Amino acid sequence: MIENTKYKRSYNFAFIDESTKKEVRRKLLKAVAIPGYQVPYSSPEMPISRGWGTGGLHVTLAIIGREDVFKIIDQGSDASVNACNLREFVQAMTGCKTTYDTTEATLIQTRHRITEEELREDQILVFQVPQPEPLRSVERYEYRTRQMHGEADYAKMWVSLYESYVRHGGIMRGADYPVKVNGRYIMAPSPIPRWDVPNLNQAKTLYLFGAGREKRLYAVPPHTKVEPLEFEDVKFEIEKFDSLCYKTGYRRAFLDELYLDDGSRQYVINDSNFLDKIEQGGEITPFINPYIQQIEL
Amino acid sequence: MSEHNWLLRVRNLTKIYGEPNERTLALTGPEWNSNICPDTDSIVACAGVSFDLYPGEVLGIVGESGSGKSTIVKLLYFDMEKTAGSAWLRPYNDGRANMLEASGQQKRYIRNHLMGTVYQNPRDGLNFRFSSGGNIAEKLIMAGSLHVGSIRERASFLLEKTEVPVRRMDDTPAAFSGGMQQRVQIAKAIANNPPLLFLDEVTTGLDVSVQAKVLDLIRELQQELGIAMIVVSHDLSVIRMLTDRTLVMKHGRVVESGLTDQILQDPQHAYTQLLVSSLL
Repeated sequence: MIENTKYKRSYNFAFIDESTKKEVRRKLLKAVAIPGYQVPYSSPEMPISRGWGTGGLHVTLAIIGREDVFKIIDQGSDASVNACNLREFVQAMTGCKTTYDTTEATLIQTRHRITEEELREDQILVFQVPQPEPLRSVERYEYRTRQMHGEADYAKMWVSLYESYVRHGGIMRGADYPVKVNGRYIMAPSPIPRWDVPNLNQAKTLYLFGAGREKRLYAVPPHTKVEPLEFEDVKFEIEKFDSLCYKTGYRRAFLDELYLDDGSRQYVINDSNFLDKIEQGGEITPFINPYIQQIEL
Repeated sequence: MSEHNWLLRVRNLTKIYGEPNERTLALTGPEWNSNICPDTDSIVACAGVSFDLYPGEVLGIVGESGSGKSTIVKLLYFDMEKTAGSAWLRPYNDGRANMLEASGQQKRYIRNHLMGTVYQNPRDGLNFRFSSGGNIAEKLIMAGSLHVGSIRERASFLLEKTEVPVRRMDDTPAAFSGGMQQRVQIAKAIANNPPLLFLDEVTTGLDVSVQAKVLDLIRELQQELGIAMIVVSHDLSVIRMLTDRTLVMKHGRVVESGLTDQILQDPQHAYTQLLVSSLL
C-alpha cells in the first residue's frame, strides 16, 4: 500500500513548497555566480507582510536543512521582537535546533548587523534587505538603474558622494554604505553600520541577501573582494566611539549609545551574544580588519 | 583643409516618427511645404542630412522651429535613436566605425570623452539637485577621475574660464541666473577637452547683453581650445558671429549649404532669401 505522507503535516518542511524553494535556490546560485548582481525572484506569500524580513526568511527557508542550527539577530540582538518571532516561526516550521551562540550556529539570519565574531566557512549569513538598489537614491526609475548596472555607469553615485563631501566635509552615510563587489557591481550591503562593511571583504563565509518587498536576491560569495566606495583623497571610515563598553570595558566592537536618566551617555556592546560571552569570560573570536586594528585596545 | 581630414562625417541622417512607407520621403520636404507624410501621417523630423565637419571648424545649422535642426544634434549626441543614416567621428575607432551603431557603453564613452553639448534649457544639461561643481565632477568622474582635490581644481579652473565666480562652485545651478547657468553648462561640456561641441540654441531666452557675453565666451573658447562646434540657432546674428559654414534647413531637409558669409550675402534658395531679408 502506498502511504500518503504529504498530508500528514499541515505544512511542508520549512513552510514553502518544494518547487518554490527550488526556484529560490536556483536564483541564489545565479546570485552567487554573479557577485553583487540583483536577481529577481518570486518572493512568495509568507505569514508576515513583505518588508518585515520576508526576503531573509525566503532565503533561510529555501536553504535550511534538518541538521542546521539556526540563529537570528535583529540589529545585533537575539532577543528583539522581530528576531524572537522569526526564530519561533522557523523553529516551528523546521524543528531545527536554535541557538544564541554565534559559533554554534550554522545558519544565521540577520537584520542590519554582521556578528562581531568572525564567521567560518561552514556558516552562512542571510541578510534582510529593505532596499536592494544602491542607486535608488540617485535614480528613481528601475529601468534606468538596471541600465546603469548593465553598463557599469556609476557616475551619479560618485557625484552624490562628492556632493556629500562638499556639503558636509565627509561622506555622510551611516548605514547601507555602497560597496563595489568583485570590481564590478555596486551593491547595497543592507543597512549595516559602516563598522561591518570591511567584514564583507574576503570573508570566509557565504553572504546571502534577500529583499522580499523588492523581490531581489543577491550574494557575496566567500573570498570575494568588497570595497567601500571612496575617493583617492577622501577615504571610507568606520564609526569612532569616544568611549568603551561600560559593562566590559571592551573597545573593539560596535557600541550602542545609551542615554541615562540624568542625561549622560554610556556605551554598550551592540552584539548581545558577544556581550554575553565577554561578560561570562567565554572564548571570543572577533573579526579582524585593518580598520578595527587601528583602535587601541 | 583637405578632403580626408574630417573630424565628423555624417551621411543620410534621417529621423522619422511614426510608421513611414516607401513614398514618405518623396511626399515630404520643402517642395511639399510639409514634413508630414499624407499617406501615413508619419513625421519626417530630418532626412538625408549629409555633411563633413573639419577639426576646429564651426558649422551653423539655421532654420525655423520644427525644421529639424535640433534633431540633428540630438541624434549625434545619442539623445535620440536615428531612423537611418551613419556618422563617423575621427577619434572613435579612427573614424572607421559608424558611431550611431555603437553599443550603449561605447556611446557613453563617446559622449563623455569626445563630445560636449550645451542645451537651450540648462535643466536638460545640468542636474539641479547637484552643485555646479558636482555637475562638472560628473563629467570628470565619468572619464575616470576619482580624486576630490583634482576634481575641484579642474572644476574651479573651468568655472574661472567661463567666468562663473568660483566661490559659488558649491551652490546649485538653481540659485544662478540664466546666463550663469548657461556658463556652467559650457564649463561642464568642455570639462574633458572634447574635440567636438554641440550648441543647441544656447542664447535663446537670455537678454541681449547676456547673450553677447555668452557668445563672446564661446568664441574665445573656440579660438583658444580649437574645438569644432555645431551651432544650432534660428538667430542669424548668432550664426553670423560664430560660424564658418552654414546649413539652412526647412521641413527636415537641408535646402542650402555653404560659407556663412556667402549665404548671408547671396542667398540662393527662396527660403534662405526670406530668412535673410527678415533679419532686422
